[in-house]
Amino acid sequence: MNVYHLLNDFPILQREINGKRIVYLDSAATSQKPRQVIQALVDYYEGYNANVHRAVYKIGEEATQAYEGVRQKVADFIGAKDTGSIIFTRNATEAINLVAYSWGRENVGEGDEIVLTPMEHHSNLVPWQLLAAERGATLKFIEMNADGTLDLGGLDSTITERTKLVSVTHMSNVLGTINPIRQIADAAHAVGAVMVTDAAQSAPHLALDVEALGADFVAFSSHKMLGPTGVGVLYGRRDLLEAMPPFIGGGDMIKQVWLDRAKWNDLPWKFEAGTPNIADVIGFGAALDYLNGIGMEVVRRHEIEITEYALRKLREVEGLTMYGPANVENRGGLVSFNIEDVHPHDLATLLDRDNVCVRAGHHCCHPLMRMMEVSATARASFYLYNTPEDVDALAESILRAREVFARVAV
Amino acid sequence: MSLSDDLYRDIILEHHKNPHHYGTLEPADVSVEGVNPLCGDECHITLKLDDGRIADIKANPRGCAISRASTSMMTDAVIGKSLEEAHATVQKFKHMMLGPGTADELPEEMEDIEALEGVKVLPARIKCAVLSWDTLLEGMREVEQKKD
Repeated sequence: MNVYHLLNDFPILQREINGKRIVYLDSAATSQKPRQVIQALVDYYEGYNANVHRAVYKIGEEATQAYEGVRQKVADFIGAKDTGSIIFTRNATEAINLVAYSWGRENVGEGDEIVLTPMEHHSNLVPWQLLAAERGATLKFIEMNADGTLDLGGLDSTITERTKLVSVTHMSNVLGTINPIRQIADAAHAVGAVMVTDAAQSAPHLALDVEALGADFVAFSSHKMLGPTGVGVLYGRRDLLEAMPPFIGGGDMIKQVWLDRAKWNDLPWKFEAGTPNIADVIGFGAALDYLNGIGMEVVRRHEIEITEYALRKLREVEGLTMYGPANVENRGGLVSFNIEDVHPHDLATLLDRDNVCVRAGHHCCHPLMRMMEVSATARASFYLYNTPEDVDALAESILRAREVFARVAV
Repeated sequence: MSLSDDLYRDIILEHHKNPHHYGTLEPADVSVEGVNPLCGDECHITLKLDDGRIADIKANPRGCAISRASTSMMTDAVIGKSLEEAHATVQKFKHMMLGPGTADELPEEMEDIEALEGVKVLPARIKCAVLSWDTLLEGMREVEQKKD
């Protein structure tokens, strides 16, 4: 895909620092926003700012329609049949916590097992640690291969009759690994367990179909897919959501309230207490429109190309180690790496001199870092607005950083 | 970006590549571990005390050049000092890194440390420079508490 014409849609990519453009390679942390999304926020605040679900006046109706319209867009975007399955949260982390608190505390007990992987982001690990500690359950982990893929050979002995829930990231934010969620979901369902997937890294970058994925709960975040911060999504199977108690109590999530009790609202509002993040949900809708306008297949194809190019380019850099699967068809658009003798934090600081923005650190994955026997990595992550020139700038900047460090002998 | 970098000055790279008092004292009178949760950098400091003085110090920093160099400079700055003097030295350093202090105010024996002033313009990296100093403070606090 020729993405150059898209660059004009992203005001931040027009910004120059010290006379040089910004090379933004940290979309796995958060994506940049097209002006269409920013404009949608302005339109709402300037044109029809009102609370949703209660106003009978014109602008209130408009706000409600726009807000609920985005729910339909999200359902369509991920292939969900029913808008009752789409719950807006603050972020993917809150979406996972909703499942851990509401479903988990109702269904997980003493001696039960929760199955995860060592490559989970802390957001898909710590909520389950809290649940397991509270309920006397045990965490188990699917083994990993050296190339950063999951070793599913022993899946039958990991997922057993004791397993109540399996939660696996769809795409690793460190390795880029795309996990076979369907296969794992089938194993989970075979023993009556519930399948959760953290799609925070995959939903922005590939065509998601929750039916094909087979997961019962799917969590992702607006800000990683061109939308505003402060909006997450939980997709949940309707029958499971129906049976679950509310997560947070308050206004909007009730039908009737007495002094001593309340009757819950229908799905999905049962899980959306209080005034929601109306403006940012509406902005998220504009982001989905933007992605649909390009087509997720096209986005994915572009990222495969750019990742392939980055792997080739970085392989040429002496002393550079890359992590994750070698096959670009099985990985998302990001590359984690280390340079011999240059700590990733120093590297990121030196790259910043050239306005090359990469992430350096543990990427909220302490256990995985320990397994990889590194304290940190540098990570370049790509999106639809990245070009081969961005990869060239990265490679050149890495070489310059290495020269700075080579100045003084050991 | 020129090769003679404002931040990564030769003196910093020298301390990073050949850190002073590197390693672990065994046995040690004080053993303390510091962690920067933001980046996962770790720093293990061991001290030998003699009559209220830091008779020996070794540090084992696991992290970036800024943190390793700063740790190395810290060991130079406090070895041989009384705990009280070491405390004052740490405060002078923190005053420069986190407060309004400048490198000019540092005493002569902290000369190398001036090079770390460049980190001040990078808020995200200040913690790297301060980690080992805070870890030392923590270790000295433990000594004080044992006395009480």
